[in-house]
Amino acid sequence: MRYLEEKIVKILMISSIFAVLGSLLFILFITISRGWVSIKENPGIIFSTPGPRYLLGGEGGFFHAIAGSLYMVVPSTIISLILACLIALFLQSEYSSKRVSEIIRLFMDILWGTPSIIYGLFVLTILISFHQRGCLLAGIVALIFLELPIITRYVDESISSTPKELKEIAYSMGLTRVEVSKIVLKYSTSGIIAGVLIGLGRALGDAASIIFTTGAASTMPKGLFSSGTALPVVIFQQASSFYPSVRDHAYAAAFILIIIILVLSITSRLLQKKFSKYTVGD
Amino acid sequence: MKVKGVSKKVVNRLSFRLVKDNISRKIMIVCTSIIFLLFVSFVVLLVLKSNLVISEYSIKELLFSSFWEPENHKYGFFSATFGTFIVTIFSMLMAIPISILAAVYIAEYSPYKVRRYLSSFIDVLAGIPSVVFGLCMLLGFVPVFSVLMKKWFQIETTGMCLFTASITLTVMVFPIIVSLTVESLRALPVELREISLSLGSTKWQMIKKTLFKAAGPGIISAILLGFGRALGETMAVAMVIGSKNNIPTSLFESGQTLPSLIVSSFGEMMSVPEEQSALFFVALTLFVLVTVSNIIAKVVNNKLKKRWRY
Repeated sequence: MRYLEEKIVKILMISSIFAVLGSLLFILFITISRGWVSIKENPGIIFSTPGPRYLLGGEGGFFHAIAGSLYMVVPSTIISLILACLIALFLQSEYSSKRVSEIIRLFMDILWGTPSIIYGLFVLTILISFHQRGCLLAGIVALIFLELPIITRYVDESISSTPKELKEIAYSMGLTRVEVSKIVLKYSTSGIIAGVLIGLGRALGDAASIIFTTGAASTMPKGLFSSGTALPVVIFQQASSFYPSVRDHAYAAAFILIIIILVLSITSRLLQKKFSKYTVGD
Repeated sequence: MKVKGVSKKVVNRLSFRLVKDNISRKIMIVCTSIIFLLFVSFVVLLVLKSNLVISEYSIKELLFSSFWEPENHKYGFFSATFGTFIVTIFSMLMAIPISILAAVYIAEYSPYKVRRYLSSFIDVLAGIPSVVFGLCMLLGFVPVFSVLMKKWFQIETTGMCLFTASITLTVMVFPIIVSLTVESLRALPVELREISLSLGSTKWQMIKKTLFKAAGPGIISAILLGFGRALGETMAVAMVIGSKNNIPTSLFESGQTLPSLIVSSFGEMMSVPEEQSALFFVALTLFVLVTVSNIIAKVVNNKLKKRWRY
């Protein structure tokens, strides 16, 4: 009887593995194959900006979206990394009491769970009250809100897992709290990198907050206060188009997005290996 | 500060270091208070913005009537709330058993090499943006699904329906739940497994009776993270659900969820202040839903952690 159960469960497990991998590979395969075909036919679409009737089947590409994505994601990641390191250090026992850090962690968890569309609306209300139209800066702010809880959580976790002895030794040599914090940060670099890349990936793939803050312009972004757009937003628009050629472009855009994310996660793994030399022990 | 026998230079350097320490502490406090301000201003702004519609219509009417007709000044979004519940619950019902079983296989049954590659592959997949899922389901799954349903079950459907949305969310949360569950299973000590096996249990009994309890809090928080993603997912759902404001009678009809309602009404939203306010009330409802479920999750998880400690 027990062995029968064991067998049944094993079959179920293997079939669910196939379900998980199959569905995910299906997504990857469709995007990569269709995207590759569409790019190979017309490689210009990556490097050209859209023409006036682009979404109606006109000519042009989506370079403005790639540029917009990068312009928004990179600064917001850097800013939220700095903020996240400061907040995570503050959560340590040297700076705040246990109760305070518990409350802050709870707020962080709530912010993590908040859907990105609410961040988008939040920044939108600020824009409306200043009588501004959507701009890159607003998108950057919305993405900071999105990334900050994620990165803070990872930094916090990897800082908390530094061995107590490391800190004790550092303090016994007469270092101040900031100096110890620097050592701790260095020790947990590989954990921080993992967090940064996960936050970056989320920001790169997020459309809901961008569509409300930066908008869906079809021009190259010119400065912090010019409107722009991001790759996911363009994919969303292209996918709901009636013209099959435009929908093919959606696959091409998704292909680019997935390639960027794959490259990011591979670099993160390599960097983690490189920085684990600062880790004492294991 | 005056210390005997220490040269002035050293004292100066020390006081400089202490000043630096103090300043950096203050910067940290400022940054942390930003989060508090953020949280407070979220709620305040959402409430302020939805004030217009709340003052004109009763909350009961807004929450429980299902006529979203901005042209007739009707803003009941019960159909969207209902749709959100159906889609989220249905997708979690599919995702939880499948992904936990898959995670158990990866963590406990597969050989070391396979496990390493599989789990890092799934980690990578967790980074695929939701728009891509929406795109593939919309262009790859919806047309096929619509034809097949008609052929096999004689059900007329456009393919853009609650069922497709649930499937999309299910596939989207697979990697999240699987990778976190694998992690929490691998974090358990080997002794736990050895003791259980040495008492004569089969592998599955060991997993069922011992590991699931010991890794329980971790697995539950994995599920809740997936649940949160599913509840708040906007774009992927907006692409495949069909955006129709009626109470769906079957899973194969178009519907609406709270986030997709906000996105699909966004175009008109800027011009009509009343509708704008109504949409902010929708967002407030969504925020309250997510926050309450997060807090409940946290409390339950803490309780379980105490109870299932090994």
